[in-house]
Amino acid sequence: MTKIGVIRFPGTNCDRDVARAIELVGLEAEYVWWSNEDLTDFDGVVIPGGFSYGDYLRAGAMASITPVIDGIKALVKEEKPVLGICNGAQILGEIGLVPGIFITNENPKFNCEWVDLKVSNTRTPFTKDFKKGQTVKIPIAHAEGRFYTEDIDLLKDQDQIVLQFKDKNPNGSMEAITSVCDESGLVCAMMPHPERACEEILGSVDGLNFFKGFI
Amino acid sequence: MIFDIEVKISLKDGMLNPEATTIERSLDLLGYEVKNTKTVEIIKFQIDGEDREVIRENVVDMCERLLCNPVIHNYKINVIPQNMACGK
Repeated sequence: MTKIGVIRFPGTNCDRDVARAIELVGLEAEYVWWSNEDLTDFDGVVIPGGFSYGDYLRAGAMASITPVIDGIKALVKEEKPVLGICNGAQILGEIGLVPGIFITNENPKFNCEWVDLKVSNTRTPFTKDFKKGQTVKIPIAHAEGRFYTEDIDLLKDQDQIVLQFKDKNPNGSMEAITSVCDESGLVCAMMPHPERACEEILGSVDGLNFFKGFI
Repeated sequence: MIFDIEVKISLKDGMLNPEATTIERSLDLLGYEVKNTKTVEIIKFQIDGEDREVIRENVVDMCERLLCNPVIHNYKINVIPQNMACGK
């Protein structure tokens, strides 16, 4: 059975929601502590949201130098999928597995709301079941989610923009970008929380496709 | 010899600094008219060593690997031998 690692740092707080979402699409989820460097048993990993190490220095900075990051980099070399959500996205930016960085919102408040997103790229495993340009409804919850990169043209040329805010840009992200991927598309960082949009009772099931990406 | 290290981290020119903008707006509420408000973060620590240049190179390494994100930050490093610090 496909086994997906759910990475835990001190301060991670969306791990159980993510594990549930993985199980909803019929896969096995197993929690992985930050000190674990060997991830060879896993077919992919999710770095969930939260406030690892209290967001000290910068969101994701402390987590970016832990042993589990070496394990994640080894998985990427084996071309296994990696999804970073919210704090997980900030960590992927910090370690340079995806381009750019997520920094303090333009209006420096914690934004917690449902947003409409445009799927700008369907070549990643996590967005392959959507149509390009499709609108999906997924919530955001962050104070440091403003996407910034030094070379936006390179991102466009290499088709690395995955999701963009539709209608409004709640945090001042460059070109309303809220999810990017690496060149291969197998590593995806997203600020919105798909695990919070996986059951009708929560208000949307648009998040399920992201987890189906591991199948 | 003990060296006092000071790392001063600031956002690169042209980067939006929402914290500074908010401070400037709040100062305005108090009736102070200021402009070009910026915030910097200062990290201080001590290193026991001999060669000032070797220590500086080590601190540059720390900045590049953890203390700063080179995409958005500039940093300045001060390495001061403790017996040369002001007032000592």
